[in-house]
Amino acid sequence: MRLDERGKQCPLPVIEAKKALEKAEPGTIVEVVVDNEIAVQNLKKLASHKGLESTSERISSQEFVVSIQAGTGDGPVQSGSSGQSAGPGKNGDAGQSVMSGQGAAVDSGDVRGEQEEGEISCQPDIRDKGMVVVLSSDQMGQGDETLGRLLMKGFVYALTKQDKLPGTVLLYNGGARLSCQGSDSLEDLKELQAQGVEILTCGTCLNHYGLGEKLAVGAVTNMYEIAERMSGAGKLVRP
Amino acid sequence: MEREKPVFCKGGGCTAKLGPGALRRVLEQIPKVRDPNLLIGYDSSDDAAVYRLSDDLAIVQTLDFFPPMVEDPYTFGQIAAANALSDVYAMGGEVKTALNIVCFPESMDLNILGQILLGGSEKVREAGGVLAGGHSIADQDVKYGLSVTGVIHPDRVFANNGCREGDVLLLTKPLGVGIVCTASRVGEASQAAMDLAVKSMSTLNKYAAEIVKKYRTHGCTDVTGFGFLAHLCEMLGDQFSAEIDQRAIPFIPECPEYVEEFYLTAAGQRNRNHVQDKVRFVDCSFAVEEILYDAQTSGGLLVSMEAEDGERALEELKTLGLPCGIVGRVVKRGAEAVVVQ
Repeated sequence: MRLDERGKQCPLPVIEAKKALEKAEPGTIVEVVVDNEIAVQNLKKLASHKGLESTSERISSQEFVVSIQAGTGDGPVQSGSSGQSAGPGKNGDAGQSVMSGQGAAVDSGDVRGEQEEGEISCQPDIRDKGMVVVLSSDQMGQGDETLGRLLMKGFVYALTKQDKLPGTVLLYNGGARLSCQGSDSLEDLKELQAQGVEILTCGTCLNHYGLGEKLAVGAVTNMYEIAERMSGAGKLVRP
Repeated sequence: MEREKPVFCKGGGCTAKLGPGALRRVLEQIPKVRDPNLLIGYDSSDDAAVYRLSDDLAIVQTLDFFPPMVEDPYTFGQIAAANALSDVYAMGGEVKTALNIVCFPESMDLNILGQILLGGSEKVREAGGVLAGGHSIADQDVKYGLSVTGVIHPDRVFANNGCREGDVLLLTKPLGVGIVCTASRVGEASQAAMDLAVKSMSTLNKYAAEIVKKYRTHGCTDVTGFGFLAHLCEMLGDQFSAEIDQRAIPFIPECPEYVEEFYLTAAGQRNRNHVQDKVRFVDCSFAVEEILYDAQTSGGLLVSMEAEDGERALEELKTLGLPCGIVGRVVKRGAEAVVVQ
């Protein structure tokens, strides 16, 4: 069983994982995908407190998978607060082991600093959600084509390094090539996506250029959504 | 595709603060300018700045704002204002003027903004201050708070690291408002729990400060987003440790139940990461740990006071009508900064 809890604010990932574990057959592995380290720690805290086995894996800076094995139903504190008075010492021990586990989890993340800043759940993130970047060509500016492509590649790269990232990047017409296999900007767009930036490419354009199967980052969109994002933008950036 | 309706309450209050670890890394990079009249700056992680104007007069300056943690805009205004004003009381000061800080979406009903500002203005008036203006920004989400200026005698500032060995530690409001607001956000908080949380968050620390001023108070801070334990660790500095009595901790009674359901915030976990190395729990339940790490919005004063005065001060604090207690005492520095048992 797999729960995708990315983009959900705490405490929802933990609550939904808890519900899934209560329903799951004993021994079932419930995999929970979350987008920040703190959510991982809260899930491991849940597992430890309920006396369940758990492991976690960091896929990328915005994707973590926590696997928890559903219990046999006679776990230490399965039935809510009734377990409270029964064994405070036991709970205390569980807390201790959780804490050491967390320490290790934190240490293993070399870039914890950035993660903490970029975490989306309960604190401001580095995106300016009202900012929409429109890439309507795979070249930047008018003139030499080779130079234009080079400039566009540089622009998308520079975008990833800004203090404020856009909420959305829209790609249409020639710009659709940027989000497809073989594009020089693919890694940078993936990086933006990993930071929570929405990458949307025009479906009509992909079809027109025969790139329907080649989209390699983000999602396909339509003219209705493009018009809506552009008209609703707080700031529209067109290189 | 339907335009998303603006959501008022997304889970805010002091749970929305940046983590203490993250913040410290940034602040360390900022050059500090020395001014002998800046009596309290950000050296000791204090609540507000205190600047001496003359031998008998200093100003206390603070500002605080955050996103809504309750659904009702008027109540949110009251809580945000009480929270911002609190920093002045934590220094022992008296509120004089306040300015509104507002972020508000253009698409949202302006009556909501009116309700927020009304709630805030009433708290400023209750504090004895004057609301003197403000600044507003069109933004994606609602945020509200105050910039507050107060006055204080330069010799009578409560530093937050002034505690002494042998002091008792008093806490003037119940813990657990972060947990209760989180439970409420998923629709699981009882009316009684939410009522007590709202009452606690919207109560000015003015009254508690007036009481503790009458006694030999050595140190004082307000418990907010970093949770009880982090604020306590700041107060203790490197010189002292504290022994906390888990049975004496005032908290909202439903909290252990909500902890068991894991209505926990990222902020609470960040607070745990921040100070867990300095804290030892002896025979404490998981719920006690989480309550002590819970991020508080407009929390109470944590006061380090001459032991002899503790009981009398507590009796007076009880008349304010909120759960409070003598939660522990200050001892010689031991292996851990805090032992909870």
